[in-house]
Amino acid sequence: MGANEFLFLLIGLKWTIALSVIGFVGGGVFGLGVALARTSGIPLLERVTSGYIAIFQGTPLLMQLFVVYYGLALIGLKLDSWVAVSIGFTLHASAYLGEIWRGSIEAVPKGQTEAAKALSLNYVSRMKDVILPQAIRISLPATIGFLVQLIKGTSLAAIVGFTELARAGNIISNQIFQPLLVFGIVGALYFVMCWPLSLVGARLERQFAAATR
Amino acid sequence: MNYKLDFTPVLDGLPSLLTACLGTLFLSLCGMALAIVIGIGGVVLRDSRIKQLRWLVMAFVELIRNTPFLVQIYFIYFALPLLGVRLDPTPTAIIALGINGGAYAIEIIRGGVQSISKGQIEAGLALGLHKAQVFRLIVLRPALRAIFPSLTSQFVLLTLTTSVASAISAYELTSVAQRIESDSFRSFEVYGTVTLFYLVISWLMMRFFGLISGRYFSYPVK
Repeated sequence: MGANEFLFLLIGLKWTIALSVIGFVGGGVFGLGVALARTSGIPLLERVTSGYIAIFQGTPLLMQLFVVYYGLALIGLKLDSWVAVSIGFTLHASAYLGEIWRGSIEAVPKGQTEAAKALSLNYVSRMKDVILPQAIRISLPATIGFLVQLIKGTSLAAIVGFTELARAGNIISNQIFQPLLVFGIVGALYFVMCWPLSLVGARLERQFAAATR
Repeated sequence: MNYKLDFTPVLDGLPSLLTACLGTLFLSLCGMALAIVIGIGGVVLRDSRIKQLRWLVMAFVELIRNTPFLVQIYFIYFALPLLGVRLDPTPTAIIALGINGGAYAIEIIRGGVQSISKGQIEAGLALGLHKAQVFRLIVLRPALRAIFPSLTSQFVLLTLTTSVASAISAYELTSVAQRIESDSFRSFEVYGTVTLFYLVISWLMMRFFGLISGRYFSYPVK
């Protein structure tokens, strides 16, 4: 494998990182909305968001990408494939992050909400200044765990036909007929991205477990 | 927007799609069984006295959990023939699923084993229970109960992951859907329907696991 092939993999890596960042940021924004709606106390909102979460957690990511990819084309949106795939990952991430953050918001002791109400803080201030700062701390290990899952999940964009790291590996492997070498390197590149995050997540989880014991 | 949904290719392909659901279930069940075997074996080795073995299991777990399943299945698909093992895509997919699920199972089962405190076992023996009774009532059942929720949700995840096995064209729902799609170009209709199938499958699995949990693990804790 020469320098050109490796460079091609690195270009794929760039797209993998871009997809992960877009999915995580977009999913974070919408996920916060999902989590707030899920804990809003308004039955209709809670029902709709819990259905939304159940659909995304009960179907394969690959199918979600297919349906979004072809569904967007169907409603007449002519989008670049990277935009379509990004939308797919954003929706996927918003459901998972919404569920993680719902759990964290509910894990903040009830007394905090009651105290904030007693101080006559309005909803926005109650969430922004009291509940969410504590919920973020609680959610951090699971959020990082999901980020790792998302980075690995971006590899499925390869099956939809988007050239990120995994598909770049597939293309190179078909060119130079050294699948083990190529997929070994591709796997190592994913590992280098995911492992440090996993370690940080595990450490935070231990710290948190020790703090609440 | 002047596209008309047309479900005729889906309806025509319905028998083969429904049979393919069995393929998906078959992959999942075999993958789960292998994952449990790897999980239990891994836990035994993970706590063995030989340092290298412990290190090996830890490296295996980290390696599998921090790389995508798609890359793993490609790697195994190409690596097995080099080891002199020639297998069809479906058995290859089962091996990949088992290895992937096994890495997660090791961590989960290990947590269950660690959740049993020594004092409980000693208390059981002091009450005059047999060693076999202690194992069954004080070690196995509480440990199973402790890991049951995370283990079963991992299994549902494994079932959803089987769709990735279509990348090496193993026999399951997604690969059959891809064939119907490439014949008919009714992509949205085909994948939308199949997504519903997966939703039903995972929902049924969760119901099934929930029933088992209610039947065997609903005794009071304290």
